[in-house]
Amino acid sequence: MKARPAAGIEVRRLRKQFGAAGIVAIEDVSLSIAPGEFVSVLGPSGCGKSTLLRCIAGLESPSGGSIAVNGAPVSGPPDGLGMVFQRDALLDWRNVADNLMLPVDFRHGDRAAARERAAALLALTGLQGFEKAYPAQLSGGMRQRVAICRALVDDPVLLLMDEPFGALDALTRDQMNIELQRMWLAEHKTVLFVTHSISEAIFLGDRVVVFTPRPGRIADVVAVDLPRPRRLAVRASERFVGYASHIRTLFEGMGLLREEA
Amino acid sequence: MRGNVTAAALLVAIFVAWEAGVRAFKVKPIILPPPSAVFADLLAAPAWYLGHAWYTLLVTLAGFALSVLIGVLLAVLIVESRLLEKSIYGLIVGLNSVPKVAVAPLFVIWLGTGAAPKIAIGFLIAVFAIVIDGVLGLKSVPPDILDLARSLRGGRLATLWRIRFPCALPSLFAGMKVAISLALVGAIVGEFVSSQRGLGYVILSAQGMFDTARVFAAILVLAVMGVALFWLIAWLERLAIPWHASQREHVSTH
Repeated sequence: MKARPAAGIEVRRLRKQFGAAGIVAIEDVSLSIAPGEFVSVLGPSGCGKSTLLRCIAGLESPSGGSIAVNGAPVSGPPDGLGMVFQRDALLDWRNVADNLMLPVDFRHGDRAAARERAAALLALTGLQGFEKAYPAQLSGGMRQRVAICRALVDDPVLLLMDEPFGALDALTRDQMNIELQRMWLAEHKTVLFVTHSISEAIFLGDRVVVFTPRPGRIADVVAVDLPRPRRLAVRASERFVGYASHIRTLFEGMGLLREEA
Repeated sequence: MRGNVTAAALLVAIFVAWEAGVRAFKVKPIILPPPSAVFADLLAAPAWYLGHAWYTLLVTLAGFALSVLIGVLLAVLIVESRLLEKSIYGLIVGLNSVPKVAVAPLFVIWLGTGAAPKIAIGFLIAVFAIVIDGVLGLKSVPPDILDLARSLRGGRLATLWRIRFPCALPSLFAGMKVAISLALVGAIVGEFVSSQRGLGYVILSAQGMFDTARVFAAILVLAVMGVALFWLIAWLERLAIPWHASQREHVSTH
């Protein structure tokens, strides 16, 4: 199966307010994402970073500004979109193999091709042999792997991930970071990865977009210049620590991190 | 398995105590016949009891099937339409508190004395359980999964069929377990009001002749039927939703 070219994203002066007099989640956010780029979106809880992702996914309509995926304005979920949620959103009544078929079922795609791709993706994540297992029989990490495979199964041009590893324990999370990087290197999709972990954002991203607290604005965009594939040990490197402390300083400047009691 | 043995032993113990108590205190059979008399009556004309039980069973199943069909349809309409949710659903929840048995005589006036009014009463009593549990189930889809369906450009019908409906099944089965018992109640009430057939008729006519043993015999058949119907639904549930947490529990204890 020939992979489709990855999508570019253009966000221009995006603003999102919930209700006429409601909270402003995002204010004046502009962001260009190149095809095949991995962009981490980092910010404190409730800063509107998930709202940005949901607007790009066409699940929320912007209150102002514009979003275009591959040059086409977003008015609903764009074509070739893969999504991964914090809770894996697997269907309990479908086994692993059938969960992976969900995108094809909805989009009436080519089932035979999808089955082949599903098998390849499961092998890539070490899940071969679990095709007939039900989600309830899997660990949290395995469930999230299945969810990622599902998002990739019909060859999306854009992958949106909303704190996908937020509910996992630290060790599993590290493991998932390594695996996600490996999959991304193999597939080279455009990825927007929302997280509140500084080290996860740097480890995975080509760039880290740092959000301010609500209303979410972009405080800084940090280009991460670390060779790939990155190993976990890179997190102890001087350059990595430099990025992390820069971001931490930004958060301190927002009054988010205070050392004195 | 052990639970079943214990339940059976308990049942036997109750019958033994009942028999012994009735004999010891010389209770008049017209007040409380001994179980031996009840079983004797049952075994004297098993085909006759079976015939009446069969009629009641068919009426019950018809009322139940109708309540599932209409109930699920109503639940879907309520969940899919904000307007209907605001109008019909409130009405249905309100109507549920009206004693439905009270309208049974009306159905006889409208539908005659055949099976139709009994089926209608069974339906009316049972349908609320289906609608209320159905709405609950259809609305129990985690928001992430609804977002996922939208991100895949799933239409309302596809989302209903592939997401909402399977998600509603556990709740729907809970409703059906209640509804099947209620449909049986409805059938008996219908037979009380007007009938020449069915276990409700047997009870009422035996009561008229102060044949208490026969009343008990009919109640016994009804009890067996009620339990069997409940287990039928539980069995279907196990076939339909083996993935659900409630069923995993089942597997380990059986």
